[in-house]
Amino acid sequence: MILHITILLCFQLAGEVLSRALGTPVPGPVLGMAMLVGALLVFPRLAETIRSTAQGLLAHLSLLFVPAGVGIVGHLDKLGANAGPIIIAIIGSTVLAIVAGVLTFVGVSRLVGAKDV
Amino acid sequence: MSEFSEIWTYLAEGPLLWLAATLIAYSIGDALFKFSGRKPLVNPVLIAVVLLAGLLGATDTSYATYFEGAQFVHFMLGPATVALAIPLYVNLNRIREAALPIFLALVVGSLTAIISALGIAYALGVRGEVLLSIAPKSATAPVALGVSEAIGGSPTLTAVLVILTGITGAVVATPLLNLMGIKDWRARGFAVGVAAHGIGTARAFQVNETAGAFAGVGMGLNALLTALAAPYIIRIFL
Repeated sequence: MILHITILLCFQLAGEVLSRALGTPVPGPVLGMAMLVGALLVFPRLAETIRSTAQGLLAHLSLLFVPAGVGIVGHLDKLGANAGPIIIAIIGSTVLAIVAGVLTFVGVSRLVGAKDV
Repeated sequence: MSEFSEIWTYLAEGPLLWLAATLIAYSIGDALFKFSGRKPLVNPVLIAVVLLAGLLGATDTSYATYFEGAQFVHFMLGPATVALAIPLYVNLNRIREAALPIFLALVVGSLTAIISALGIAYALGVRGEVLLSIAPKSATAPVALGVSEAIGGSPTLTAVLVILTGITGAVVATPLLNLMGIKDWRARGFAVGVAAHGIGTARAFQVNETAGAFAGVGMGLNALLTALAAPYIIRIFL
C-alpha cells in the first residue's frame, strides 16, 4: 500500500517537474499518468502491483472533489446578475457536448467498423 | 471536564474535525445514493457539498479553516489522476482500436462544449470577463483556470463553473444516454469525460469500468484540446 502510493506520488512528481520544465498547459498529474502508462508498457508486472490501490482510489474519485465543491459555494455570488444565463449555458452546453460527443463516437465506430475488442 | 465550547474551539482549529466531517458528509451522500437505488440525481458529491456548506454556515467557519482539514482529501486528486494510468493501460488495445472515433468525438465534443457554452451565454446577454470565464469550463480544473487567465477571464469564476459543469454532467449523463439508447460503454464514458472532466469520470467509474477508463482518456485529451482551441474560439465572440 505504502509502496503503491509512493509509486503514484513519484510519477506525479516527475510529471510536475516535466510540466514546469516544458512550460506546457498540461498539468503535472496528467503528464505523470502518461509517463506511468509508458512505464507499464515496459514493465507490465508493475500493473499487477499497483492495480488494487489504483482501483481503490478511482472507486472513490468523487469524494476527492468534495473540498473543491465546498469552496465554490462561497463564490456562487460571483455569478451575480448573470446567474440565470450562466446556469442555462452550463446545463445546455454540457448536454449538447455529451450528445454531440457520443453520437460522433458511435457513428464513426460504425462507419469504420471499429468494433469493441 | 471541559465545556463543550472549549472542546469545539480546540477541534475547530485543527484539521481532524473537518477531515472527518468531509468523509462523513460523503458517506451520507453515498449511502443516500445507494438507498435511492443509484439514482443519478442523488449525487454523492452534490449532497456532501450541500451538507458541508450548510455546516460551515451554521458554525460560522471559514473555508480556509475547513480546507486545513479537507486538503488531505483534495490532495489525493493528484495521485488519483496518475492512477488513471492503470485502466488506461488495461484498456490500451480497445483504445487503440477506437483511435478514430476517439479523435473525432474529441474534436466534436470539445468544440461543442466551448462554442455552445459561449453561444448560449452570449445570446442571453452575458459579455466581457464573465463570458470569457465560461469558455474552458469543460476542461479539468487546473487547465481550465490556466486557460481562463490566459484569455482574460476570471479564474475564480471559472473554478465555480468547472465544478458546476462536472456536477451537471454527472447528474444528466446516465438518464440522457439511456434516453438516447446508447449501449456502447466506450462512447458513453468518453463523451462524459470530454464534457464533464474528473467529476464526470468519477461518475463513469461508478457505473461501469470501461466507461470510466474511456472517460479518463476523454478528460485528458479535452484538457489538451481546450488549451489549444479556446483562445481562438473566443475571438468569434469578442
